[in-house]
Amino acid sequence: MLYREGATPIHRLAPEVKIAATVAITVAMVATPREAFWAFGVYALLVVALAATARIPGPWLVKRSLVETPFVLLALLMPFVGAGERIEWLGLHLSVEGLYGGFNLLVKGTLGVLVSLILAATTTTRDIIVGLDRLRCPHVLTQIATFMLRYLDVLTGEARRMHIARLARGDDPRFLWQVRGFATGVGALFLRAFERGERVYLAMLSRGYTGTLFPQSPGAGVAQWATAATVPLVTAAIAVTATIVT
Amino acid sequence: MTEASSLDVRDVRFAYPDGHRALDGVSLTVGRGERVALLGPNGAGKTTLVLHLNGILTGGEGTVTVAGLTVTKDRGTLTEIRRRVGIVFQDPDDQLFLPTVAEDVAFGPANLGLRGAELETRVNEALDAVGMREHRERIPSHLSFGQRRRVAVATVLAMRPEILVLDEPSSNLDPASRRELADILRGLPVTVLMVTHDLPYALELCDRAVILDDGRIVADAPARTLLADQDLLATHRLELPYGFSVPAI
Repeated sequence: MLYREGATPIHRLAPEVKIAATVAITVAMVATPREAFWAFGVYALLVVALAATARIPGPWLVKRSLVETPFVLLALLMPFVGAGERIEWLGLHLSVEGLYGGFNLLVKGTLGVLVSLILAATTTTRDIIVGLDRLRCPHVLTQIATFMLRYLDVLTGEARRMHIARLARGDDPRFLWQVRGFATGVGALFLRAFERGERVYLAMLSRGYTGTLFPQSPGAGVAQWATAATVPLVTAAIAVTATIVT
Repeated sequence: MTEASSLDVRDVRFAYPDGHRALDGVSLTVGRGERVALLGPNGAGKTTLVLHLNGILTGGEGTVTVAGLTVTKDRGTLTEIRRRVGIVFQDPDDQLFLPTVAEDVAFGPANLGLRGAELETRVNEALDAVGMREHRERIPSHLSFGQRRRVAVATVLAMRPEILVLDEPSSNLDPASRRELADILRGLPVTVLMVTHDLPYALELCDRAVILDDGRIVADAPARTLLADQDLLATHRLELPYGFSVPAI
């Protein structure tokens, strides 16, 4: 999990407030025109300030933002394959449109990933679900997420045991044509998960399940919302200014 | 039926949609505070009977009454029945489905409408009863199997049941966890119906035992008498483990 123990002001904010702020910040960043380079500089400073407040070390963030790599590769490719006017730089013919496009993708993607990582580092997965629940996210979705959280380990444990049992009987799936055992294993795992689902449901009914998993707890107060709104408001202000200026 | 009985099952018959007759006229009365072992081979109908006790399975003939309240399909009645009958299922991973121990124990009482401090008290009380309070914030998958089974018992104790129904409580437990669970169960002030084919465990915990085979109760006697009757056990595919014997009284 991405969560880092801590007691910083960001850790202490209620989860729903943090989720709303993350979404707002990301939307504002994405809405900023790509030509407003200065705006992205300010955003980067904001992200650094947030990370510092949450006491997240830089290397930790950089390592985890590697999930973005496929998009980075795409962004780097764009100046070469882009159409339209071209400029020459160090002997390379680069498309101006492609350069803008690549920059746009790279900078917005990176900032978005970093903001999400800050949320994940300061909020437990459990709290994120509680937050979504309080934000009136449909119960079905939060319930599915809760079950996933609980049963992911159980299912991976089952899959591992089945894998070991196959190996113990001489299966050695190193080549593509040996995946048959794996494929049937996936089917068996699905059936087991399905049967477990039935049993869990019976156990839930036996304890009086009526459609909600946990009682609604009181959410964040006005003060928390106001605190958390500062960064999204700054971001939005920059985005608006950038739109007007360019 | 007298006021003193926790559970009164009268002539319950049930057939699954495929025609298999799982219960063929089961009658059983369990007095308040009794600990009764329900023995029987695989496929005897034990689980089917258990699911009748709190109205998960209905539709057959006969009646089930829990401390004076008869199981019907009425929603309000069912809620109260499910509070009174606490079923602990065999696999704790089926029972514990929420991310933390405390939340899972709170699930039942919260469904009964408890909130806030009252709910908190219930949770702590139930976890204390099984000696798991210090683990309340832990994730179920990080607990040992024995600990998970104890938490599973706590999840139904939190509903303050009239009768605790345990499905194979000793399965997959190591000897120490098995003894710890026995100590806990012995100390609980509730009626217990224990479904098992672990005969020594039944003898250790229950004064009375009944044998369910082929959808019928075929024997009902003090556990010592019943388990000493080798022929009766053998007829119903029950056996004491190798090297064990219960001397006839």
